[in-house]
Amino acid sequence: MPRRDDLHTILLIGSGPIVIGQACEFDYSGTQACRILRSEGYRVVLVNSNPATIMTDPEFADATYVEPLDVPTLTRVIEKERPDALLPTLGGQTALNLAIALDEAGVLERYGVELIGASVEAIHTAEDRSRFKEAMAEIGLATPRSGLAYDVEEALRVGVEVGFPLICRPSFILGGGGTGFAHDVDELRDLAARGLDASPVREILLEQSVFGWKEYELEVMRDRADNVVVVCGIENFDPMGVHTGDSITVAPIQTLTDVEYQRMRDAAFACIRRIGVETGGSNIQFAVDPATGDMVVIEMNPRVSRSSALASKATGFPIAKIAARLAVGYTLDEITNDITGETPASFEPTIDYVVTKFPRWAFEKLPGASGVLGTQMQSVGEVMAIGRTFPESLQKACRSLETGRGGLNGDPGEAAHDALDLDELVRHAATATPERIFQVEAALRRGVSVERLHDATTIDPWFLDQILQIVETRTELAALGGIDAMTPRTWRRAKRMGFGDGQLAYLWGTTDQVVRDARLAAGARVTYKTVDTCAAEFAARTPYHYGTYEDEDEVTPLGRPAVVILGSGPNRIGQGVEFDYCCVHAAFALSDAGFETIMVNCNPETVSTDYDTSDRLFFEPLSVEGVRNVCDALGRDGQPLAGVIVSLGGQTPLKLAHALEHAGIPILGTSPASIDLAEDREQFNRLCADLGIPQPPGGTAIDAAGARAVAAAVGYPVLVRPSYVLGGRAMQIVYDDDHLDAAMAELAGAGSLGREGGLSAERPALIDRFLEDATEVDVDALRDASGEVLIGGVMEHIEEAGVHSGDSACAIPPQTLSPDALDVIGRHTAALAGALDVRGLLNVQYAVKDGEVYVIEANPRASRTVPFVSKATGVPLAKVAARVMAGATLAELRTEGLLRPPSDAGHVAVKEAVLPFNRFPTVDTLLGPEMRSTGEVMGIDRSFGLAFAKSQAGAGSPLPTTGTVFLSLADRDKPGGLLAARRFAELGFTLVATAGTAAALRAEGLAVATVVAKVGDDRAGDVADAVDLIAQGAVDLVVNTPRGRGPRADGDHIRRAAIRHQVACITTVAAALAAVAGIAEQLANEPIVRSLQDYHDDRQMRLGV
Amino acid sequence: MRTAAATTTWTDGVLILDDGTAFEGEVAVAAGTARADGPEGVDGAGGAVATGELVFNTSLSGYQEIVTDPSYAGQIITFTYPHIGNYGVNDDDSEHARPFCRGLVVRDLARRPSNWRSRGDLAGFLDAAGVPVIAGIDTRRLTRHLRDTGARPGAFGADEDAVRAAAATAAPTDGRDLVAEVTTPTPYVVGDADAPYRVVALDLGIKRTILTHLVRAGCRVEVVPAGTPAAEILARTPDGVFLSNGPGDPAAVAGVPDTVRSLLGAVPVFGICLGHQMMGLALGAGTEKLAFGHHGANHPVRHEATGRVEITSQNHNYVVRADTVPGGARITHVNLNDGTVEGLALDDLRAFSVQHHPEAGPGPHDAAYLFSEFTALMDVT
Repeated sequence: MPRRDDLHTILLIGSGPIVIGQACEFDYSGTQACRILRSEGYRVVLVNSNPATIMTDPEFADATYVEPLDVPTLTRVIEKERPDALLPTLGGQTALNLAIALDEAGVLERYGVELIGASVEAIHTAEDRSRFKEAMAEIGLATPRSGLAYDVEEALRVGVEVGFPLICRPSFILGGGGTGFAHDVDELRDLAARGLDASPVREILLEQSVFGWKEYELEVMRDRADNVVVVCGIENFDPMGVHTGDSITVAPIQTLTDVEYQRMRDAAFACIRRIGVETGGSNIQFAVDPATGDMVVIEMNPRVSRSSALASKATGFPIAKIAARLAVGYTLDEITNDITGETPASFEPTIDYVVTKFPRWAFEKLPGASGVLGTQMQSVGEVMAIGRTFPESLQKACRSLETGRGGLNGDPGEAAHDALDLDELVRHAATATPERIFQVEAALRRGVSVERLHDATTIDPWFLDQILQIVETRTELAALGGIDAMTPRTWRRAKRMGFGDGQLAYLWGTTDQVVRDARLAAGARVTYKTVDTCAAEFAARTPYHYGTYEDEDEVTPLGRPAVVILGSGPNRIGQGVEFDYCCVHAAFALSDAGFETIMVNCNPETVSTDYDTSDRLFFEPLSVEGVRNVCDALGRDGQPLAGVIVSLGGQTPLKLAHALEHAGIPILGTSPASIDLAEDREQFNRLCADLGIPQPPGGTAIDAAGARAVAAAVGYPVLVRPSYVLGGRAMQIVYDDDHLDAAMAELAGAGSLGREGGLSAERPALIDRFLEDATEVDVDALRDASGEVLIGGVMEHIEEAGVHSGDSACAIPPQTLSPDALDVIGRHTAALAGALDVRGLLNVQYAVKDGEVYVIEANPRASRTVPFVSKATGVPLAKVAARVMAGATLAELRTEGLLRPPSDAGHVAVKEAVLPFNRFPTVDTLLGPEMRSTGEVMGIDRSFGLAFAKSQAGAGSPLPTTGTVFLSLADRDKPGGLLAARRFAELGFTLVATAGTAAALRAEGLAVATVVAKVGDDRAGDVADAVDLIAQGAVDLVVNTPRGRGPRADGDHIRRAAIRHQVACITTVAAALAAVAGIAEQLANEPIVRSLQDYHDDRQMRLGV
Repeated sequence: MRTAAATTTWTDGVLILDDGTAFEGEVAVAAGTARADGPEGVDGAGGAVATGELVFNTSLSGYQEIVTDPSYAGQIITFTYPHIGNYGVNDDDSEHARPFCRGLVVRDLARRPSNWRSRGDLAGFLDAAGVPVIAGIDTRRLTRHLRDTGARPGAFGADEDAVRAAAATAAPTDGRDLVAEVTTPTPYVVGDADAPYRVVALDLGIKRTILTHLVRAGCRVEVVPAGTPAAEILARTPDGVFLSNGPGDPAAVAGVPDTVRSLLGAVPVFGICLGHQMMGLALGAGTEKLAFGHHGANHPVRHEATGRVEITSQNHNYVVRADTVPGGARITHVNLNDGTVEGLALDDLRAFSVQHHPEAGPGPHDAAYLFSEFTALMDVT
């Protein structure tokens, strides 16, 4: 059954902003789908609100809409583009839910849009828990005992019937939001209430707990001829009870006999057939009782998922790509396996290595979160590592996380666990946390038996014994005493157990370099094997490699000048898909320019780790050892590398620049010395002084006394931050000595920063005068070797300085800056770029206060905003930067046509951050200098107000156009807040406020309908408090601008209530003013949708408001 | 947990192919010396040297079934998946009472298995059966070598000189009748006496799982030695005859094709693997050796009647040549990786055969319907 010719235009829906549970794996799947469908000759229309994605590059679709993902917007796109079909299975739960909503709203029928990939019926059967259980019962598959509830009382009744402990799962949610365990009626009462709120249909399933059972997943694909294959089986290291997204998982399945595995495979096939997924991939989860082998089906996702991305990278079988082909009519046997180039895709990949996925959490960014893992996903990213054995892949995974770990302990980080009393250590290990596996190693090393640890953790003894083998090898190596006692055999054993040079250096009290030299002298070199879908049965055409220590290396000699691009590692807060975007663009641009491109990265969710993106892919940790090994292997045959790009993948590769340069590896772009010059406070201050560029006064300190001295000299408030971090980690604004002392103590010792080395003369804390109420400005610029500087974009932040730029909304072009200020900004940027001798990208942050432009910091590397700027202006900054780093001048790139002038359609683009607070009910939502957003959206329209309104809708808090605004303003915000309030009133909104704010409003002649009490003010019989009002649904918009931070603060309760009840919540006056402008313009204008291609290509078209 | 950690000790070992290619690893020091009832090709004197034809199997699970599959007689099995032995061994999953393979090559042999059905570890099982194992080998390098140069003989053990000498003289399976080594010496019966179908199975090295499937399909199976003449088989008045899987070069199996020729038309016949090749030879088709064979659980086979793709379990080095299949025989199944013949049917003679393993053991169940097709043929009788 070949390609369907009755379809012409296909609509794809992306997954929107990166949030916990739905990350850049859907950029990977969507990008693949776009490429495939276009190569098949279809016209592709894409809608995704996330500008940081690669899929929203105008070149991947025929019409790309960066618009909010909601039914009205999608309806407008459908009305305009008239697609024949909608493919909803590649954009995560978001796309699937929207497809259902469009169907229910009659939109698909009205415009004759066919749903391909999955039917409404199939989606409902898979997603609706009760229908799913019924369906499984029909085909004889067991599911855990359960019952549904629609209110708390019913939940308690059903809970008693099901029995405790039980698990509560809300229907139609993603990533397990609102899911949890209850051990008794009291716990259930709370949990049920939260679960009901989390479910869009207020339905929860209460289910028998299978806590501690073995957990498995099968990735299955089916075509319309009913051919079904398993792409990959995955076994979870962490048994049932920890969300699979928060579990360490391993491919292939390790501890099932073939009899049991085939039973599971049969069940998976029965499941996908019964659910009715006609074409594409599905993910089916099973739990197995370790004592009896009893198997139950947990759930099924009728779409490409996070696990499919992992399975694709783990096997080399590109699920999303093949799913897209299947959706348009092909059968599996009509599709060729890319890797072998000869055999068909209708087979089951087999592998000859072990893959370990390790999640990456961000609890250090979320003070107040418990850090305990459970059934609700909390991780923000993940790494994958490949080794020939589980110990090797596990240790590589630990190294890849970039949490300062050299492997599974064997590094300074182990001290925290070694310090614990043994019983306490085992007790700690019994609770699933990010540290658990390190505690398991420490316990085994101290003689705790596999049996005892199995009892404490329910982790399978096979896994524990594998870790014990790491422990035993370590003990042997330590006993050898040092390098001199090593033989080629012991080196090989150490490396085969996954020990990094850094761990060995730690064990023997020497340096990584000494270990490396001795190791290489002993002939213990890395060998690269190939991921080929078939365990070497057929020759592979795709050089997708991983390093291990074996006899044979499969890397072929370089044929052309080659550039190594270092990726950005695991997604985390502050470093996400936007850096992957830059790396992928570099690969494309350099490949087009005739270079051989080599990607090194360890994040399975990304486009960069697609074997199609670069000429060669090395799936390796981004450590000095990992990267040096790759460069050595490539250079082995004498062909020198053109160089390594370290400045597009965020802080991860940048941290390696010095060591790589020191090792004689050429670094492309801005020199590491210049990078240092920008990072080193003293040097940078001198440079700014020489250039006559003002900075907020400040200084550096390595202890509290030094910090106080700086603060005394510059005056409070001051901004305190460590050097060399991204995303404002541990950044604080402090208003007095006591808080300053606390901030310094935190930087020096506690937390992950302390573990990474704390404060020293090389890594001092930076202390600057904080400019209150200044406007913050971000600039992305480019400079080439000829000295030409190009300003890529100037972004004006909507929130004032003090809110981390990553958490702040910003606009292109700037909305309030004077031409003079813009001129000064341009000149300062050019001067800094020249003084730093930048080759490639430079990001500069400014604060503008009272007409004066201060430089806050300059970073000669790709910034988070590069993709946003490119989407707003049509200038491919990352591509241009990569070419500039490889030696091209801007003038040459202009001639070539790669560098084009920015589009000038008279539009405004607004970027808004998306925050993870709904996942962390105990964390304060107030924005500050520490970045906490996981993702971003873009609104683009004719005017600032309209673009801002779209950005809010895209971020999931659409602005109301009527109703009630609740205001609670800090004193210093009252003047601006009153202006916003007046405009809300003019637009017909009812105002309610806290007493102080109400008084201020009334003094200005504004009517306040209700004065609400402070939260917790126990004045019975008096007025309701703000939280009650929000809970009752009586508020449509919250404006709450507090000063200071604290879990007990009144505002905190209000903000949390707003999040829980999904009411838009604004925490700064600037944003309130932007919101009121957006509402006004929305009321006055017909909404439109417009593709990026139209914005970028139709420069003549000026859109008036 | 029923299993205790294994106490196997290891010593340096080497694997050498007949072309001189050498691989370093570690061999298990057997608890006892090789025993008389162990597989052939294992020299027990002064530290075992295993010799045989090296093949690789790409299955991710099912090592117990593979190791005990009589079709591996004469061969040393390389597992491409690095961790072997993870779930131990149990009382139910063996394909024969004892292994016939000549040895195992693995990257890592699990020392502590984990599974609720496990009764012991693989190392102990192999030791008890006298099957040598070499671990720590770069099995991917070995696999690539076999892929590129073909399945070839070799030897492994602790004594490098002895291994090198053995490798130089080790023989491939070509031209050797290995069926005689594995077939049952005397007939035996499985299944209920009052089962609806009476089947005689010609044992060329039959797997237990095949018998299980036949019994489950309603057959009472009389398993007879490979040398049983057609007249004697027909004298048992079966409803159908089954031709089993088995080891080695089909062209070297004396007499069986003649037996099959006499059975065709007289009674419904179903053949699997070597049994399929016997059917081909009986029809006058030729067989040939594949470079490295098909050994795995992921091979796509197209069922020509429906166009459906079945993922199949495979274990064979030889195939029936498509260009020699005579008229009157229909090619029913084709391997999608290399286009080789995977199934034949003789509609007029009520006989069919497949190259792959519908019984799985180990592998997917996609082709299990073939057992019902066999009983359906017997229903027509």
